[in-house]
Amino acid sequence: MNPPLLNKDAVFQGMPDHPAVAGLRAWKPDAVVDAKFEFDELTVTIAPQEIRDACRAVLAAGYNFLEDVTCVDWYPVEPRFHVTYHILSHGLKQRVRLRVLANSMDPSVDSITSVWPSADFYEREVFDLFGVRFNGHPNMRRIMMPDDWEGHPLRKDYPVEGYR
Amino acid sequence: MADFLSTPILESRPDDPSQDRTMVLNMGPQHPSTHGVLRLVLEIDGETVNKVVPDIGFLHTGIEKTCEAKFYQQVVPLTDRIDYLSPMSNNLCYCLAVEKLLGLEIPARAQWTRVLLNELTRLNSHLVWLGTHAMDIGALTVFLYTFREREEILNIFELVAGQRMMTSYFRIGGLALEPPLDFHRRVQALIKILPEKIDEYLNLLTGNPIFYNRLKGVGYISGADAIALGVTGPPLRASGVDWDLRRDMPYSSYEKFQFEVPVSTDGDVWARYLVRLKEMRESVKICQQALDGMPEGPIKANAPKVVLPDREQMKTQMESLIYHFKIVTEGFAVPAGEVYQAIESPRGEMGYYVVSDGTAKPYRVHMRNPSFATLQALQTMCQGRMLADVVAVIGSIDIVLGEIDR
Repeated sequence: MNPPLLNKDAVFQGMPDHPAVAGLRAWKPDAVVDAKFEFDELTVTIAPQEIRDACRAVLAAGYNFLEDVTCVDWYPVEPRFHVTYHILSHGLKQRVRLRVLANSMDPSVDSITSVWPSADFYEREVFDLFGVRFNGHPNMRRIMMPDDWEGHPLRKDYPVEGYR
Repeated sequence: MADFLSTPILESRPDDPSQDRTMVLNMGPQHPSTHGVLRLVLEIDGETVNKVVPDIGFLHTGIEKTCEAKFYQQVVPLTDRIDYLSPMSNNLCYCLAVEKLLGLEIPARAQWTRVLLNELTRLNSHLVWLGTHAMDIGALTVFLYTFREREEILNIFELVAGQRMMTSYFRIGGLALEPPLDFHRRVQALIKILPEKIDEYLNLLTGNPIFYNRLKGVGYISGADAIALGVTGPPLRASGVDWDLRRDMPYSSYEKFQFEVPVSTDGDVWARYLVRLKEMRESVKICQQALDGMPEGPIKANAPKVVLPDREQMKTQMESLIYHFKIVTEGFAVPAGEVYQAIESPRGEMGYYVVSDGTAKPYRVHMRNPSFATLQALQTMCQGRMLADVVAVIGSIDIVLGEIDR
């Protein structure tokens, strides 16, 4: 396993040849808020309003397959929602993880369904279970829970047994 | 799980019913060919399908939330329950993810046994798929044949794990138990007869004109569409994308095995049928290689703070007793960080995203399940086809609803 690189500058200098790093630097280095390389996995945090273009940039760099969109709730730390995208490259045989932070006042992120249609279900799942809205999603409604369900179960301030 | 009236199809109906050529049909959740509790809302024009809207969530049990309240080792039995046809794949994927966080080195024999059992799981899952898929089409006999062989695989699972379906046999750091003495012989006997059994299924189905006509050219999806819609596994390979995580991003020493990855460019239900049947033959080959080359050595990593000690040691050595007590009562801390581990499950790419905050309980466990993503391609595969083809298409993407809803 390679040694970890724990911030943006270290990643930019330590692995300039990595296709995702090179692609994102060539696109807009300022939109990259943070980056780390840990457990042989590259994580790049993107400024919230830029995620759609960032996805297009990694797509252009060869990362052609969206594997997954999910979220981690770091309550009570703000911004609490870390929306996470795993993107795989069939040609390069590696993956990159993009991340966008959303705070609890206005938990919303731009939808990437226009880049990868498969984000449809993934984003609906994140909306259903975390309450993060995706702007521009064609069908932003619950997917797992009933429509009249109150609350978002995977939030950390939602009890494991549910509200009684 | 949506209210019936709020599905998007019903919202887009014209106000004047006399202008409306189409009909909305509800299929499921109680329907034998939806393989569980899948509900489809179909908009049909005569017999032609215009739109398919899947409605899921009837089996949602909140496994991801439950994981956050358990110790790392207690999550393993939960992962079986996600997909009752491939419990070993789920176990393996979760264990690999946590082992990556812990930096554990797994002994070769444990890795090879994991590969062997995973291929048996693939055979088990494909046998169930073949039986039920043929039954949906109307060939009832095949089901009885495939379940005869599946029974023996389940007996082998019972032999190693004590459980037929919910095996929970893999542990973080290795295997739960030493495989029994009979294990090698039983697996050898099974994979010796399997190739001719697969021929038998082929004879029953491939030359059957009804089966062929129901499958050929139905449910087409192009490779580009499959990638855009998140399709993985056999349906992706049947659309001409040569991608298999076992070969392209190997895990658990898959790089030491020689096998072919069957690919077809037809992209229809027939191609998916042939790809899966060829995959079964490759799985038999991998099982044989795993049996022949099974290395010697321990089945658990040398990590006393993570892996439970042997029963014998626990009764004779003080340290083992202490470690056992500590692991069972307070778990073990996993270094903070996040990993995503993907494996090739029988249905496609299965990924576990595990986030640790440095405590003994996972901060977040997310499963990327192949069926959930593949379901999105249903619309593309069914649009403009006959209603009866929907049944064939659902069978061909081999969904498991427990995995979709989690």
